[in-house]
Amino acid sequence: MRLKIVSASGIALVLAVWCAVTYTGMVGSLFLPTPTAVLQEAVKEIQSGVFFSDIEVSFYRITIGFVFATAFALPIGVLMGTSKTWKAFWEPLVGFIRYMPVVAFIPMSILWFGTSDMQKFFIIFLGVFFQEVIMIADNCKRVKRSVVEVGMTLGLNRLEVIKDIVVRAAMPSIWDTLRTVWGWAWTYLVVAELVAATSGLGFRIMQAQRYLSTETIILGILTIGVLGLITDLIFGLLGKFFFPWMEKEKIN
Amino acid sequence: MSELLLEASHVGRTFETKKGRFTALNDVHLTIHQHEFVSLLGPSGCGKSTFLRLVAGLDQITDGTIVLNGQPITRPGRDRGVVFQQYSLLPWLLAWENVAFALKKDRLLNKKQKKELAYHFLKLVGLEGFETVYPSQMSGGMQQRVAIARALVFKPKLLLMDEPFGALDAQTRRDMQDLLVKVFKEAQSSVLFVTHDIDEAVYLSDRVYVMASGPGRNAKELTIELPDARDWSLQLTEPFIAYKKEIILELQKQRREAAEKAAATR
Repeated sequence: MRLKIVSASGIALVLAVWCAVTYTGMVGSLFLPTPTAVLQEAVKEIQSGVFFSDIEVSFYRITIGFVFATAFALPIGVLMGTSKTWKAFWEPLVGFIRYMPVVAFIPMSILWFGTSDMQKFFIIFLGVFFQEVIMIADNCKRVKRSVVEVGMTLGLNRLEVIKDIVVRAAMPSIWDTLRTVWGWAWTYLVVAELVAATSGLGFRIMQAQRYLSTETIILGILTIGVLGLITDLIFGLLGKFFFPWMEKEKIN
Repeated sequence: MSELLLEASHVGRTFETKKGRFTALNDVHLTIHQHEFVSLLGPSGCGKSTFLRLVAGLDQITDGTIVLNGQPITRPGRDRGVVFQQYSLLPWLLAWENVAFALKKDRLLNKKQKKELAYHFLKLVGLEGFETVYPSQMSGGMQQRVAIARALVFKPKLLLMDEPFGALDAQTRRDMQDLLVKVFKEAQSSVLFVTHDIDEAVYLSDRVYVMASGPGRNAKELTIELPDARDWSLQLTEPFIAYKKEIILELQKQRREAAEKAAATR
């Protein structure tokens, strides 16, 4: 309870500073809109329907891109973390591409995919896949040698050890990896939408820039923040549901 | 003496390290007969755990032979059950599931039979009522009981135990030793037990191999002849103390020799 108050006070402090500098006119409304203006903008967008349609389309893009990237990253990452041959093949490749700035691929992606959803998927895929592969491989490598040996002494073959021991043991940390990378995926989504889109949260922000509609920009940023927070909470709750064996109290 | 189960002769294990070749084991021999409880005793670093890993098939010999039931050991197999020192339960499985996991490859049993067997063996190690508990909820002693049940459930010919009670407190350790005596009799298995605890080795074993270190090698072999009905008061009897004395003197001799050797090379 005490910690919840502390958490809430952090948010309250930022809100208070925001109110203080805008309502007093210390900062012009063009540079930073008041909370009221942002709320009014929210009501307007909700009434016209763009608020939820933006969220829907952005959410759809990030989900498809993320699921696709994860579907590939999971098996490749696991194999990289458990097989020296796979590691030798993938590591230089992944390590090299990982450091290429995703944003720099945007011109090429537009050339290849136009401004379609495919282009967003592609950018999110690039951003998510390479990070996930490296992190999942690392999650698997950190599985204790002792549990792997248990599997071996029980007569499991290599594939069974990977499937029934390594992946199961690494699952909670892989879950944390997905949770972290999901947060990054939001950045890639907005970057993709900022440049080449006709809908979505990033597009809304970009469009508002042209008309200097700063309350729309702030609203867009806050919406992304809240969505991120909600999905993070869901990840956390699902984690507790999937891995009930973590953090149990001792019986005696 | 009953039939020979395991025969290790001239076993050597060397490791190539950056500083050159390191000999962990040199010319080690050891035999285990059916239904025999054999301990491997020695100071830490003498290679006794390395030897157990070789028998388990988790590591490969570089010299000599280890033959189990007429077959040379090349890999882990279900004719051997292993109990490690600690942290060897699968934390995502309940106690009974951990035991049943050892039966995963058994196609002759259906799910229900596997569960029944798991419950039966948990009862055998005194964990009735704790079947549906996660390892993280159990004390170290309870976890080790589950590990023993898991190693016994598929009825291996040879049980390999690598300082299984080393991480437990003194009282729990004594309880576990008595449990092991009881379980060993029922399971009709043979045991290779690695320990550095002299009392434990004498109390549990039919035979004790004392090892010396640098490189790991045989130093002494004792046949323990004590009444079958083991009880803690046994440790106060003359014969028990005589065995203990013999081992202590041997280990003391080793230490003296090692010190002299170190002084000579200085």
